[in-house]
Amino acid sequence: MTTSSIAKPTIWSRLPLLRELKQSVGWQRGMLVAGLVIIAIFLLTAAFAQGLAPFGYSQLSDENGVFGAQLPPGGRHLLGTTVGGYDVLSRVIWGAQTAVLVIVIAVALSVFAGVILGLVSGYFGGWLDRVLVVVADAVYAFPSLLLAIVMSIVISGGRSGLFTGLMAAAISITVVFIPQYFRVIRSETVRMKSEAFVESAKVIGASNARVMFRHVLRNSTRTLPLILTLNASEAILTLAGLGFLGFGIEPTAAAEWGFDLNKSISDVAAGIWWTSIFPGTAIVLVVLGITLVGESLNDLADPRLRTRHRALASGAGVSDVDELEEDL
Amino acid sequence: MMTTTAVSEAPDPEIQSDQSAKSKGSGGKLGRYIIIRLLLILPTVFILVSMVFLLMHLIGDPITAALGGRLPPDQLAERIHAAGYDRPIFIQYFEYLGQLFTGNFGTTLTTNQQISQIVFEKGAATLELAFYALIVAFIVGIPLGMLAAYLRDRWPDAMLRVVAILFYATPVFFAGLLLKLVFSVWLKVLPVNGRASPRTELNLQFLDHPTNIYLIDALRTGNPADFGDVLAHAILPGLALGLLTAGIFLRLVRLNVIGTLGQDYVDAARSRGVREFRLVRKHAYKPALVPIITVIGLQIALLLGGAILTETTFEWKGLGFTLVEFIKARDFVAVQGIVVFLAVVVAVTNFVVDIIAALIDPRVRY
Repeated sequence: MTTSSIAKPTIWSRLPLLRELKQSVGWQRGMLVAGLVIIAIFLLTAAFAQGLAPFGYSQLSDENGVFGAQLPPGGRHLLGTTVGGYDVLSRVIWGAQTAVLVIVIAVALSVFAGVILGLVSGYFGGWLDRVLVVVADAVYAFPSLLLAIVMSIVISGGRSGLFTGLMAAAISITVVFIPQYFRVIRSETVRMKSEAFVESAKVIGASNARVMFRHVLRNSTRTLPLILTLNASEAILTLAGLGFLGFGIEPTAAAEWGFDLNKSISDVAAGIWWTSIFPGTAIVLVVLGITLVGESLNDLADPRLRTRHRALASGAGVSDVDELEEDL
Repeated sequence: MMTTTAVSEAPDPEIQSDQSAKSKGSGGKLGRYIIIRLLLILPTVFILVSMVFLLMHLIGDPITAALGGRLPPDQLAERIHAAGYDRPIFIQYFEYLGQLFTGNFGTTLTTNQQISQIVFEKGAATLELAFYALIVAFIVGIPLGMLAAYLRDRWPDAMLRVVAILFYATPVFFAGLLLKLVFSVWLKVLPVNGRASPRTELNLQFLDHPTNIYLIDALRTGNPADFGDVLAHAILPGLALGLLTAGIFLRLVRLNVIGTLGQDYVDAARSRGVREFRLVRKHAYKPALVPIITVIGLQIALLLGGAILTETTFEWKGLGFTLVEFIKARDFVAVQGIVVFLAVVVAVTNFVVDIIAALIDPRVRY
């Protein structure tokens, strides 16, 4: 069963998750299924937010008049209203859409940038490689939330509408994640570069680009799905953290869970629980779902992958150690 | 075939790099390792400082950012000129680097305070919070991680793993709000906000040379009520931030202990009839510590990020809380100063953690 996953090392053979589902047994299968169900609900909610949400995310009144602020759950407002007078349920549902958008943009951008940089850096080596490794390690060591804060100040000056807000959040998260993809792809590339099939491709005259993308990259992406799931959950947490600190998207532009939680700090002291518990639970559930899937994939992947993942996690500052070895 | 590769890849890269170092004829000298590690901090700090400086200057000069629209243009230009922000950026950059070398982080625009002074005062509060959180994380994370490894693949293990994921999945500010809701608002047993009640804070202010670490200051007043008050305020923030870290420790300890449990010497001990519990407790735990300590070093960065959120949730007036206030005031000189300081803290912490790892395991040296 492990050999079959080695035979098809591309991302695509993993995406359907069907083999993993068949492989799994007992509570491990339970974890995977639970995670998948949560993710499915999350995606469906995001896709059909328009139809599911009773009100708009920035709606303050309907034909019966103004909603009113801090109404307890029940009646027309199933989960109550916020201090700003928005419907909590609607904002929780619309928040799924914002979260999906930001995750997709952030993960896509960081995979793209990280893979290209890692590939070029690992394949060509030299001073560019050294500089990139040192920079990536420096960025990696930096508190990611702090970096995201600095980035969002730079991008949006701290206040934003829908598009700029989404992009600011996504790019801030991207910058945090690039070093992770960079590290993984670079170390795989360095390993692959000395494999016989790469040598032979070079010997028969394949161009650098062809060797890089066709031979090296395709064999270096096995760890990507794992990091991808980890990053997707981290992206949600970072987005919520940014929103909580007030870098969120304005409530009139989109619904964002972290922002709503920020507005609920003062509610909590007054015993108003519904404005914080529902958006907070939404964040927890989504991160839980994604992490459950990631963990299960990690367990089910072949042993080689598993040890390498662990070595990655434990090898803080490994690449600069390698770097130093070369210097000595 | 597969298992042999798995085993041969199992030792962590630090050990591999050590082996290659040995083949070059350099033994494991701790002093050399410390010096090399120390030198490696410099580029990291330099890159981070440069990055923060350049990013913060992409948005224009700090005075326009802070006061733009509130002052007439000619006055604004005058102040920009007086502060030197109209000079070429590389001159400002080198000047800033020079200032940093002398420990001068600059002066805030909005409150006209020395940033180094702010960092010193508020940093103590953040340090105190991080200390509480680490205690919670160690007490909760490490024993539970060992338990999960001991009962691996049985239902308690599955439950503990879900608990670990839940700890990780709960944003620290949401955990904080929940704890507040339950213990401060509904049960009314713990204070809602802050580091101490106003009365205690007043008492602490009368001390000579306060450390700003309230736990120590409260001990120095010799008043048990103050001490109790400080502790009561510390519980919820410490739990919120600590449980997040505990989840990570739990996963880490479990993974690494299971990893070392598969090693030959553990098998050998098992075949000699050593009990499984003792194997986990004595044989597998210590070798698993090195990667754990290294990762804990990385968690310091996460802890600082979490501290910013925790401080905002609990109005814990530390560095993170102050940072957010300056961001809201658009005082980017202060923001830059605090961020640069935190970067230095992270780099130095990672250095210290690496040294501790080297002390524990002689193989982790150059």
